[in-house]
Amino acid sequence: MIRLERRLEQPRWLLVAVPVGSLIVAFAIMAVILAVTGHDPGHTYRQMLDAGFTGNGAFSATFISATPILFTGLAAAAAFRMQLFNIGAEGQLYLGAVGASWIALQLGERGLDSTPLYVVAMCFAAGVMGALWALIPGVLRAFANTNEIITTLMLNYVAGFLITYLIFDSSSYWRDVSTLQAQSFPQGKPMPAGAEWPTFGSSVVVPLGFLIGLGVAAALWVLYSRTRFGFEVSVIADSPRAARYAGMRTRRKILAVMAISGGIAGIGGASQIGDFTHTLDPTGLQGAAFGYTGIVVAALARYNPFAVCLVAVLLGGLQNAGFTLQGPDFPSGLVGVMQGIILFCALGGELLIRYRVTISRRARQQGDAGPAAEPAR
Amino acid sequence: MTGITKRFPGVLANEDVSFEAAVGEVHALLGENGAGKTTLSNILTGLYRPDEGQIELYGEVVHFHSPRDALNAGICMVHQHFRLVEPFTVAENVVLGDHRSEGRRFFVHSPAIERRVEELGERYGLGVDARSRIWQLSVGEQQRVEILKALYREARILIMDEPTAVLTPQEAEALFTILRLMAQEGKTVIFISHKLHEVKAVADRVTVLRGGRTVETVLATDATQRSLAALMVGREVELGRRHEREAKPDGEVVLELDGVRVPGDRGGEALNGVSLALRSGEVVAVAGVAGNGQRELAETISGMRAPSAGTIRVGARELRPGDARDAIKAGVAHIPEDRLGTGLAPSLSISRNAAFKTYRAAPISRGPFLAMKRMGELAQSLIQRYDVKAPGPETPARNLSGGNLQKLMLGREFHGDPKVLIAAQPTRGLDVGAIETVHGFLRDAASDGVAVLLISEDLDEILALADRVVVMYEGAIVGELEAGTATVEELGYLMAGGEAR
Repeated sequence: MIRLERRLEQPRWLLVAVPVGSLIVAFAIMAVILAVTGHDPGHTYRQMLDAGFTGNGAFSATFISATPILFTGLAAAAAFRMQLFNIGAEGQLYLGAVGASWIALQLGERGLDSTPLYVVAMCFAAGVMGALWALIPGVLRAFANTNEIITTLMLNYVAGFLITYLIFDSSSYWRDVSTLQAQSFPQGKPMPAGAEWPTFGSSVVVPLGFLIGLGVAAALWVLYSRTRFGFEVSVIADSPRAARYAGMRTRRKILAVMAISGGIAGIGGASQIGDFTHTLDPTGLQGAAFGYTGIVVAALARYNPFAVCLVAVLLGGLQNAGFTLQGPDFPSGLVGVMQGIILFCALGGELLIRYRVTISRRARQQGDAGPAAEPAR
Repeated sequence: MTGITKRFPGVLANEDVSFEAAVGEVHALLGENGAGKTTLSNILTGLYRPDEGQIELYGEVVHFHSPRDALNAGICMVHQHFRLVEPFTVAENVVLGDHRSEGRRFFVHSPAIERRVEELGERYGLGVDARSRIWQLSVGEQQRVEILKALYREARILIMDEPTAVLTPQEAEALFTILRLMAQEGKTVIFISHKLHEVKAVADRVTVLRGGRTVETVLATDATQRSLAALMVGREVELGRRHEREAKPDGEVVLELDGVRVPGDRGGEALNGVSLALRSGEVVAVAGVAGNGQRELAETISGMRAPSAGTIRVGARELRPGDARDAIKAGVAHIPEDRLGTGLAPSLSISRNAAFKTYRAAPISRGPFLAMKRMGELAQSLIQRYDVKAPGPETPARNLSGGNLQKLMLGREFHGDPKVLIAAQPTRGLDVGAIETVHGFLRDAASDGVAVLLISEDLDEILALADRVVVMYEGAIVGELEAGTATVEELGYLMAGGEAR
């Protein structure tokens, strides 16, 4: 009989061994599936590793994929730490993009050209917009005790319709109406040249957004583990009654945490504009689903900000590898299956960290043979 | 039962435990929390299987593979938390799960069952209307339904797990009479308790368990409460003897409640106009059956609940209603009855829990940052000073035993030099040794000039510690007595809603 027993202590080596083991198991399962569907697993894995990490320019591409999910992952982790399930990073990122592009266009109209000024202004505007958007469900949760999972999720759709409206269904400030072509095929105004964020490195190109994300992660870690604010958040997360008993202001903390979470997601939106798209692109943003991937990132990283950085790069590489593999003989569904199996194994491995599997021989004897087999020990 | 051993991961719950109970006997299992009483009874009722050892029933070795085997062998257990279906009638609950003739039919033939239930009730003095529904009954009556269930199934052995925890003294007396009667009729009653006087009052023989082992089986008539307590903890203890303190409480009033009304969680009023004054150095106990507003009283004074009317003053300062931080600042310390979950956060470390009340100011705080080192030092000093048994300050609170949790919390609350200490059920579920420590703390606090409000359901504790006793019934204070002259009977009468004499 196989039983699960709760571990009284969690050895440290397990925290490393289990995720690595989970990955190995995932690739083993996938090898079987690949073989059954007529692909050579060895070749496929080599191709993946190449496209995701080791190939020429692969790491640069991986950083591009990793940057937005780093921000949304941190946003989710920031809120989940207080058991506040903000799954609205998606919409908060859209609003951040709206804010960042607005301020960049405004500065451009005034003829300013200093890139640092653009970076700071865009991050600030995006952070404020993301925070305000997140404060809508935050206020509802704090004062009306509504379920934030539902309100944040619903607001994602509202935010999606909003950016679609700005570019496709209106002649808003963001829409490019300068040429006849742009009038018939709607698109956002291009950003001024100064709003293009710099990159670093030559062989491996790291976008500025990624570095900002690392800074945010470090700040988040300090905030949550070294400050009074973080202390209160940890108590509220563990036991709201204990927090009330200790005189902590839970409502304020809900508002603050939602604002921080939304603000981080918003800066992710600024990074999309400044680092990559250089225009407000509703279709691209909505197709990428950065916000939802961020939830997976946060969960895999167990809400630890530093682990979020690592997981974001890993998942970013995996996504890139997926893009490369897709082709006439390799359906995109199979790529999805592979990513799913990896996530499934990683989350399943969690169980092994918390529980120990024991195989008990005696219990089987008792069950099978009845009283006569009662063990004499 | 001979040589019973049961292991759980990391714990040896029972080790070579043996005892025998005779037909027609009330046999008590006495032991502190964690002594292995509950595990033993779970083995006897077939819920667990022993790793070693065997059970003999009437001279025959038996092996229970499930609780049903035990039921068929005539063993019934009345749990501490009743297993009754609230919307069902008494008769329906009695036949529920009974797999003999009447129960096997699809339709329950009520009148016959009701007649039988009432017959049984009359014979044993368990006056319960078979047609009333469980939710309409008091806790004491519900317990009688549990006993009726056992009688209806013609149980030969009845196990009662801490049956008096929820009863008033009068109800407990009535229960003892019933149990004695059952024993006289040739049934065996196994009575699990950690209360010495009850064991003395009801049992023929007492088996004492300590640390998962049997210590000794003694005749109840030969034992004294003192000798039983010594067996139970393995050393001499001071029992709830009254300690006269030299400094009589003549200090000034430090806590004053005036006409406090508090809405209840399920509508109605939990407190309807409570007025109360505590002097410095005084221990005032609040007695009452659970659920008569004691919890709400504690939470209102400590700011966890907002009153709808009335004022609370600490010294000259009027507390902001429903503001726990203000109460803490004013010097109100609070030991909540729910230790893990309200008083302490279960998965946070001891050092974080120790900083609950002091983290806002220096030296724990430096600007917005926390001085982690000082936090650890504070925890370490509390651990040493209050003898908290823990591997270290980074151990999560949930890994501590009840007694150590309570010591940690008492240490934390005293650390802030409180003016008022509210202790709600401070010894519930603790073993004799820890109870002694907690009582010592409370006495010391009063000697230091703290006004102590002790909320307890344990009348012995109240009479041992308090200067004055107020009795709460349905959200109001219905009587006040001097502890020196009050008797258990008088308190019980008031607790049950009787008028003050």
